[in-house]
Amino acid sequence: MATVELTFSALPAHVRTARLVATAIARRTGVAEALLDEVRLAVGEACSRAVEAHRVHCPGEPIRIELCDESGRFEVTVTDSAPSDDLEQAYKDEDGPPAAVNGTALASLLPADTLMSGFGIAVIAALADDVEVYPSAKGLRIRMSWPAATTGLATA
Amino acid sequence: MDLKLDHHTEDRLTIVEVEGEIDVYTAPRLRELLIDLVNKGNFHLLVNMEKVDFLDSTGLGVLVGGLKRVRAHDGSLELVCTQERILKIFRITGLTKVFGIYASVEEAKEAHGRDK
Repeated sequence: MATVELTFSALPAHVRTARLVATAIARRTGVAEALLDEVRLAVGEACSRAVEAHRVHCPGEPIRIELCDESGRFEVTVTDSAPSDDLEQAYKDEDGPPAAVNGTALASLLPADTLMSGFGIAVIAALADDVEVYPSAKGLRIRMSWPAATTGLATA
Repeated sequence: MDLKLDHHTEDRLTIVEVEGEIDVYTAPRLRELLIDLVNKGNFHLLVNMEKVDFLDSTGLGVLVGGLKRVRAHDGSLELVCTQERILKIFRITGLTKVFGIYASVEEAKEAHGRDK
């Protein structure tokens, strides 16, 4: 069950709000200060990807974020309602995001100056130590987590 | 923090000062500035990112787009950045091998002078 759950309209301006909320809750949950930048960037990437997908497929639908504190982990799940594209489908067929996350090959994926959803997911895979991507015809769900203090929000 | 942009030209090198957060909301403004500079004949760009608080893949895409545009005119787009939190995303994506990244504007200007 989500400790905090929020939804927001698919507008780029709201991505910053989502980042701030996720970072604040991560801090309260006991995620190490050194990891907070990674949480902020990974959540931002997931939300940016979702916003771009919604703007193409379903601009009126909201994007949902769930932030959980369970078993010593801070877990974030970003769920969109846009049909997954081919690249995301390819992740399903393989074992997670591409292996080139830490290599120069990733740079070649980047188009001229637009966000490519697969690129954002690859960045997330490099930032969170546990990432799962669930593509489906109804939308994409990205679940990522980081270690947190065992006490967490429950006693904060 | 929103995004603040400024630029000035010194000896054929256009220095773009960026302050704030570069993300899916603000990146289009940086993209427009870079396109405008190239369209006006500024083909050697130095983007100072020392005051950038946040950069995501949208921002990286804009920088790569700018690099492609200036290279089409035999130009250059290089960066000034010493912040580990910003450098990390360049390392993750392998873009440290694509961009010249300097520790200061002065260092970049010296390197640019040597290359002329």
